[in-house]
Amino acid sequence: MSMKTKRLFATAATLAAACVLAACSPDAGSQSSASATNAGNDAAGNDTTGNKASNCTNTITKKDLPVVTFWGWYPNMQLVVDNFNKQNNEVQVCWTNVGQGGDEYDKFQTAISAGTGAPDVIMIEADRIPTFQIQKALVDIKNYGFDAVKANYSDGAWKDVSIGGAVYGVPVDGGPMAMIYRKDIFDKYKITPPKTWAEYEQAAQKVKDAGGPLFGDLGANVPAVMMALQIQKGASPYTYDPAQPESIGIALNDQASKDVLDYWGSLAKKGLVGTQDQFTPEYISGVVNGKYATYISAAWAPGYLTGAGVGKGKDTGKWAVAPLPQWDSASPVQVNWGGSAFSVTSQAKNPELAAKAAYGLYADDESLKDGWTNQIIFPLNLKALNSPEFVDLKVNFFDGQQANKEVYVPAANAYTGMTYSPFGQYYFDSMTKQISAVIDGSVTGAQAADKIQEDVVNYAKEQGFTVK
Amino acid sequence: MTLLIEESASSTQEKAHKVRGKVRLREHLMGWLFVGPFGIVFLALLIAPLGYALYLSLWQKKLIGGTSFVFLGNYVKAFTDPTFLSGVWFVVRFSLVAIPLQILIALAMALIVDAVTSLFTRFSRLMIFLPYAIPTVIGAVMWGFLYSKSFGPLTDFFGLFGAPAPDFFSKNLIFYGLINVVTWQWAGYYMIILYAALQGIDPSLYEAARMDGAGKWQIALRIKIPLIAPALLLILVFSLIGTLQFFNEPQILRYLAAGTIAPGFTPNMYAYQQAFGLANFNYGSAISFALGGVVFVCVYAFLFFTRKRRSFF
Repeated sequence: MSMKTKRLFATAATLAAACVLAACSPDAGSQSSASATNAGNDAAGNDTTGNKASNCTNTITKKDLPVVTFWGWYPNMQLVVDNFNKQNNEVQVCWTNVGQGGDEYDKFQTAISAGTGAPDVIMIEADRIPTFQIQKALVDIKNYGFDAVKANYSDGAWKDVSIGGAVYGVPVDGGPMAMIYRKDIFDKYKITPPKTWAEYEQAAQKVKDAGGPLFGDLGANVPAVMMALQIQKGASPYTYDPAQPESIGIALNDQASKDVLDYWGSLAKKGLVGTQDQFTPEYISGVVNGKYATYISAAWAPGYLTGAGVGKGKDTGKWAVAPLPQWDSASPVQVNWGGSAFSVTSQAKNPELAAKAAYGLYADDESLKDGWTNQIIFPLNLKALNSPEFVDLKVNFFDGQQANKEVYVPAANAYTGMTYSPFGQYYFDSMTKQISAVIDGSVTGAQAADKIQEDVVNYAKEQGFTVK
Repeated sequence: MTLLIEESASSTQEKAHKVRGKVRLREHLMGWLFVGPFGIVFLALLIAPLGYALYLSLWQKKLIGGTSFVFLGNYVKAFTDPTFLSGVWFVVRFSLVAIPLQILIALAMALIVDAVTSLFTRFSRLMIFLPYAIPTVIGAVMWGFLYSKSFGPLTDFFGLFGAPAPDFFSKNLIFYGLINVVTWQWAGYYMIILYAALQGIDPSLYEAARMDGAGKWQIALRIKIPLIAPALLLILVFSLIGTLQFFNEPQILRYLAAGTIAPGFTPNMYAYQQAFGLANFNYGSAISFALGGVVFVCVYAFLFFTRKRRSFF
């Protein structure tokens, strides 16, 4: 073998290896995306064949009953679905988890546009209901057994899932907001939980001056928090009458909205709060390591943080919770972040049957109890919300503090509901962009609010709305 | 007699003609049969979706008012849309920095690996190529952790000099952070292509050059590089097309830095966001085609300016 042939062999071998390796990477990619879309297609397939559910995550034992397909992402979904199927003799639920939040909405949105591929029942956050309702993707379930369960939820809970007189979802969990804080840090710097936002800033300054950690975090990727805090100060971003869906009022740059953006912008500029995107490993590790003294969040946060490994081991019992700081402590306003509902989609072959599943899922005592004891949900079902067991619960994450009784239940009871946007995704994207600009200092909070207003109004007009 | 012969001759000719015709027909059929499977897949999975996307891009669907035919309206909107234009500007700037950098590194490595032969070069050849074998998504996630201030080595490394670590997820540095990821991933692949081209050069040329008194540097610069110019041009065009369609890495890193990497960060991401996030399939299709137009213009311009060197395609 000459040198040259040897080399040629070597090259050929390398190239062959290259081809194999190269082929494996794009293949893996396309396969995974194909299986992701398959989940949707199969759900549709089940849908048309009636009671053939071959691709469910759960196992259906009562095989002769009709099947309703369902997308949802609660961590204890398997248990909830099994409980429902066990107790129900009319219909069985075939559940798939196609992703959490945005991932699921993208798939649902695609299925809506395609006209096929959506499940019969879908879990969506209450603030997205108008987005899908306006595309006629959801079914009004008022005539499918609403009266029987009406008393199980508060009026505020129903308001969040209703548009006009129509009901587009069954409330499951809520997100009354509060301030989670590190007791050890508060003790060390001798501060008490701030009752107003002015006190919050003073406390933050005090901790910083003493060389302490950041007091909180302004994350560009959680626009829902900013929206809630703006509403707390009196903003009412959207006004519309479902009888006239083509006309909408948009007020994203009123004084309250500007003030709140300016407030957080100035905290970030002074270095009192961090500017890390939330729900990232970076942020969680910061929370674990005591980088942030407070976390402005909702009732589901303790469960989420526990799942992410916060408050365990040597950090056990370091956390406590206090009511959300107020602008005017004389007239407190409570707001909400997150919280989901089960809706029936307009692609459901049998909406009545689908509604039965939507009303029944996560409504039995066993599932609810599993949800709240593990802090997966803050239940809106009054059976759980009013039960002494739930109210008096001494929460481990908060070192035995009766968090529900002291903070979350009063906040939930004082919450009066909000009006959400029919183009939630665009609005939140625009917010994220501008909050990020506030963080890097290229605009003030007030300018950011003006830009969000301009951006969203343009989009609304482009989408055919008359903007009031 | 002659007549007979002529007759028989013409009949044989006719027969031969018929047979040839049959053979040709059969060859024809065989040809189509061979091309068929590819043709069907090509039409069904490439041409048809492209045609459908083009059709979609001529319509507009509003939340209020439904669907209407707007002809080139979406394209007019795209080329006046600041988000799309800033995305295009970003990928063009990115190409201008990333491509020369990748190719220089790939070329240098290929020349070294070609000139030096030892067990170690074989090993390093594989190692240099390895990043390409790692799926993009995993590569991006990995760099996401390496750039992290809490998990990554940057904080420790810069801490040695008492300096704060650079934040590659900040608006100022994300450009360089991504350049690094892309170069890491692709330089090895380009190196393999160039290396293969170098292996194809007849070694007698080197011998002749050496006899004429050329040194190693001169051989590399005067013989090797000019002879692999077609391969260089090929990877330039590949990388230009790939970089203008930049999508995977920023889309993944968006989960870590949503504030810095907006949904319209690159044109492809913008198209994805419009189609699947906002249900504007029509505008999303128009953006895809508009990007296709930009890619075509860039590649054409590039080939036009390099046409004198060597023709390919």
